[in-house]
Amino acid sequence: MSELSKKTRKNSLDKEKMIELLKRMLLYRRFEEKAGESYAIGKIGGFCHLHIGQEAVAAGCIAPLRKEDYVIGTYREHTQALAKGVAPEAVMAELYGKAPGTSGGLGGSMHIFGSDVGFMGGHGIVGGQLALALGIAWGIHYRGGDQVCVCFLGDAAVNQGAFHESLNMAAIWNLPVIYAVENNAYGMGTKFSRVSETEMSQKSASHGVPARIIDGQDVVSTYTDFTEIVEEVRQGAGPQFVDVQCYRFKGHSMSDPVSGTYRSKKEVEDKTENADPITTLADQMFDSALLTPEELKEMDMEAREIIRRAEAFAESAPEPDTKSLYDNVYSEINPNGRLFFDGRVI
Amino acid sequence: MAEITYRDALNQALVEEMERDESVFLLGEEVAEYDGAYKVSKGLLERFGDKRVVDTPISELGFTGLGVGAAMVGLRPVVEFMTFNFSFLAIDQLINSAAKMGSMSGGQVTAPMVLRGPSGAALQLGSQHSQACEAWYLHAPGLKVVTPGTPADAKGLLKTAIRDNDPVVFMESELLYNLKGEVPDGEEFLIPLGVADLKREGGDVSIITHGQMIHVALRAADQLAKKGLEADVLDLRSLRPLDVESILESVAKTNRAVCLEEGWSYGGVGAQVTSILMEEAFDDLDAPVLRVTQADVPMPYNKRLEAWAKPNVARLVEACEKVCYV
Repeated sequence: MSELSKKTRKNSLDKEKMIELLKRMLLYRRFEEKAGESYAIGKIGGFCHLHIGQEAVAAGCIAPLRKEDYVIGTYREHTQALAKGVAPEAVMAELYGKAPGTSGGLGGSMHIFGSDVGFMGGHGIVGGQLALALGIAWGIHYRGGDQVCVCFLGDAAVNQGAFHESLNMAAIWNLPVIYAVENNAYGMGTKFSRVSETEMSQKSASHGVPARIIDGQDVVSTYTDFTEIVEEVRQGAGPQFVDVQCYRFKGHSMSDPVSGTYRSKKEVEDKTENADPITTLADQMFDSALLTPEELKEMDMEAREIIRRAEAFAESAPEPDTKSLYDNVYSEINPNGRLFFDGRVI
Repeated sequence: MAEITYRDALNQALVEEMERDESVFLLGEEVAEYDGAYKVSKGLLERFGDKRVVDTPISELGFTGLGVGAAMVGLRPVVEFMTFNFSFLAIDQLINSAAKMGSMSGGQVTAPMVLRGPSGAALQLGSQHSQACEAWYLHAPGLKVVTPGTPADAKGLLKTAIRDNDPVVFMESELLYNLKGEVPDGEEFLIPLGVADLKREGGDVSIITHGQMIHVALRAADQLAKKGLEADVLDLRSLRPLDVESILESVAKTNRAVCLEEGWSYGGVGAQVTSILMEEAFDDLDAPVLRVTQADVPMPYNKRLEAWAKPNVARLVEACEKVCYV
């Protein structure tokens, strides 16, 4: 990864953009840390997949987008929702299962949506969102718009049929979709090399979709490379496949220890010490005298304060009404016929 | 009113709805240049072009997901399965994406779309190509399921399904495509979902059925009439929403019910209807509700065994006589 990072690293961003990216990553890190804490004390239930370590992917891939562009993701999507513009309060309230959450508490950690800002959901079945992204991109193509759709997937998803079917169709119709693999090297606890004979770039190439590898631990190169890719797609370059190489500092989900069975403590420690996207950017900026430790501290305090407020909001927010269970299963209640068969009257 | 085939009725519905609403498009295998495997989409490519009539690769999961994604951003896809047997490759997108989208997004995103094609057995196509698929999709809240059995119902229900704001699973039948029937004229000929149709009025026994089985039921009702028993043939038409009121009304009159369906009995449509009758019409019943279904086996190829495995007129007549104690 270090080789790649050198190859793709560009320090052409201005100070303002670097500060924006730094602030974004601090917000995502503090959000996920708070989510982890709240999960540990039982405020958040179910599955909870944290993005800690991969913040540069959310910041670097989503910051280049316009509001009317689309993002669709996996179940590891809290920070991507924030990056696309969903309010931290609403995301945290959804994790808490509360009424003002993004889905009124009916979605949970894996299903955060923000359709007003083009965030088309977290999806829980590995690979399923690739086909949905294909359809979103079809919608853009159908209407002749110049938006793009960014679809995040994990490295393990490239072995799903949905991956191959989607890339093939995206290629034959030249759709404006970017499949961005958050390649954190492990599909849950299985190293990619154990489950694939070929490199993932070969898989995309076999469908005629160009592949690029970018350094997802370095937000400056992620942002710079992704900005270029987004503009190409906006100009009609057709579908792209991006292997965003990154590393997950925490377990696959909250129930998975950080290290142990499938990766060593040393490996994780090495990455957290040497490839933290936040310290990487801060160090770059210190070196170029674009940032002082005091300024960093201040930014961090700001991020913590936003998250503190989000958590307080979620904590005090009301539970959803039992009646809301049935509200959105169908978009409307037909005047005729029965839609529900559980015999309960709400 | 013109007499047209079930196939042409579907074709008319597609043409009219595509003319009316530019966000409607059709995609699936062989729908464009080939005119559709069963010619339902004949002439549509020429009329609407290849952006709105789209030949896909044989990738059911992928193109169904494409439909759901397109619906998520406001288009109204009509996804054709060459047969519903192939829809199982796409069941993840139907159940996990389309059916749950509204609920899991808190109503932010919905999937207004139609998933259509033939379901049920034709003749000697063997186990993988001969199955009624309703029960798989009925099970999931969030989906609607429609099964027209006549040309008029095919047209009126398909038009309504395309305009509906939820994902509608629309099941046709290979054996019905050539069936002719009167179809009302007019672009606003719409049949609401959730309204059953009493295809024959009797009074002695209620045959509750749907899809191509209504024709078996009507033949059985003719035979029963000769034996002095008059049957209500209630065509459910849509299975979700389900016209429970009409079921209860018929059974309140006849006090006897037989559920006829093409699919398997275990967890099937008749099981649900029977359960509703137990819960809501117990006092009206003079006999246990019976079900006539496909044999509980994968469909055999052998012609004689296939005929035996399918629900048929003789078996239905027998069941009706049994609930009438004759």
